[in-house]
Amino acid sequence: MRIVVCVKQVPATTADKRYRPDLRLDRAAAEAVINPLDEYAIEQALRLQEAGTVEMVTYLSMGPPEAAESLRRALAMGGDDAVLVSDPALGGADEWVTARVLAAALDRLAPEVSLMGMASDDARGSLVPGAVAAIRGVPYLSYGSELTLAGDQARVRRLSPSGFDIVAAPLPVVASVTDQVGEPRYASLRGIMAAKRKPMETWALADLSLSAADLRGGALTTVIEVRPPEAKPPTERIADVGPDEAAVRIADWLAARKLI
Amino acid sequence: MVRELATERIAPRAAAIDSAAEFPWDLKELLAKQDLLGTCFEERHGGTALDGVGQAIVVEELARADATTSLIVIVQKLGALPILIAGNPEQQDRYFPRLASGEWLIAFGLTEAGAGSDVAAIRMRATRDGDDYLLSGSKRFITHGSVAKLVTVFALTDPAAGGRKGMSAFIVETDTPGFSAPRLEHKLGIRGSPTAELVFDEVRVPAANRLGEEGGGFPIAMATLDRSRLSIAAQAVGIAQGALDAALAYAAERRQFGERIADFQGIQFMLADMASQTEAARQLTYAAAAAVDAGASDLAYWTSSAKLIAGDTAMRVTTDAVQVLGGYGYVSEYPVERMMRDAKITQLYEGTQQIQRLIIARQLLRRAGVGR
Repeated sequence: MRIVVCVKQVPATTADKRYRPDLRLDRAAAEAVINPLDEYAIEQALRLQEAGTVEMVTYLSMGPPEAAESLRRALAMGGDDAVLVSDPALGGADEWVTARVLAAALDRLAPEVSLMGMASDDARGSLVPGAVAAIRGVPYLSYGSELTLAGDQARVRRLSPSGFDIVAAPLPVVASVTDQVGEPRYASLRGIMAAKRKPMETWALADLSLSAADLRGGALTTVIEVRPPEAKPPTERIADVGPDEAAVRIADWLAARKLI
Repeated sequence: MVRELATERIAPRAAAIDSAAEFPWDLKELLAKQDLLGTCFEERHGGTALDGVGQAIVVEELARADATTSLIVIVQKLGALPILIAGNPEQQDRYFPRLASGEWLIAFGLTEAGAGSDVAAIRMRATRDGDDYLLSGSKRFITHGSVAKLVTVFALTDPAAGGRKGMSAFIVETDTPGFSAPRLEHKLGIRGSPTAELVFDEVRVPAANRLGEEGGGFPIAMATLDRSRLSIAAQAVGIAQGALDAALAYAAERRQFGERIADFQGIQFMLADMASQTEAARQLTYAAAAAVDAGASDLAYWTSSAKLIAGDTAMRVTTDAVQVLGGYGYVSEYPVERMMRDAKITQLYEGTQQIQRLIIARQLLRRAGVGR
């Protein structure tokens, strides 16, 4: 049994983000990390491997050559090997293109389970896992708090408003997991050293029998504007008044917003 | 990885470790799990065999968050160094795997109440008894003495010959009858690190646990300290960096007279001095680490210089950090007062700053061909 965990390299949440004139994020200027939500998928896969359910854990990423760094970091946490799909034609790829390319790479790797995080920390589209499943024509088990494998079946336990749903599907599947799977491990020192010797391949579009034309210029969507979040209005302070006066003013403030 | 670990898991514990003055067993387990207690051991013993600079960075990043926790890594190496330097393969194979994995901690037992800087003045005795030695006497200021499973102990096998010629080194398992750690010191800093008095009442140690030749203990102790003080330099750099980080963050937020205090030149000069001095100490520490790795004949010159500069830098930078934070720096709500208390020990242990100067001067004279 093999799991392929899809890993995206994203700018750190705290990084100072800058945009290029074409409205694409200047990724070289921001500190890059493994998408934190993908770390839960990694953790889930490694737990299944430690339990003996899964023999092999492979990481798959689509990104610029620098994304290899995130794959090395994933390999330092555990797992066996990694594949980076990198091609100049993929710059500015949107969710559809990403899903198309990952689906092609997963067809080639042919794992029983393709596992992803529930969203990426940068774009937060949450579209890729479902799109990959649809393109590949396999079941999609979404938003698992836990993934279990038994026989030729995969199951996720999904938090619902009334408790848990247990959803099962025959292998192969695409699955996504949430931060409920458990805290991702830190890479150990030995893990970091071992990761340097683990195999990593880089594939171009041609290796997946895809061409730039198949991808309709790399995106179906167009970014038309990028802007920072609007500044919050300044905090109102009630100071230097007696408690009675302060209480009235707070009550007025809440009443004006129909909160009381 | 170490920085992440230090920031996310260790820094949030530092204040509680300090105020409770309790050994952080949870963090010891965490360090063990991340293979950080095995950085000085070979891979065949379960270690990760980092080079000197790598080991220094590990200590530095931990000390940046908490000096007490960094000391767990430092003392694991300090206690093991006599075995690394003088242990035979059988001794190394027997003990290193459990030290590298962090299952056991090890302490270094040299200092006595009457023998600090004057190492040769130790009085502890080791008397031969058949295939064993009987160790009697006491040790003081032994870091981790009460939590370690092993202690490398220095004792006189030939009192008539004195400390320099009559001292031998032993590996002692602390569950041997006659061993006790009856008292811990109450300290100014590194308060979570237990500093124990050790009492040996006819502790029976097999002769197979003697390190090197009988009477060969003094050079082992000196060779150990020549190398281990590099860890203290790295710890001092980490403490200084932690204090600088805290001071910088505070100065960028604190407003007085309508401005951020970081915009006042008086504060900027202080921050600039703190940063450049810390960087100088760091680079000297790395240079010393490289000298040790290369087996330089004058490695003591480098490690003593690094420890001297880094220890003084840590004291100055942490004191200045308290100054930048003003009243807030003096209270335990902020970490810099703890860092200032922790910094002081780096000027004292593993050779006071005055001893470092003696070592440096001796090396200078030797280089000039006028040594004694």
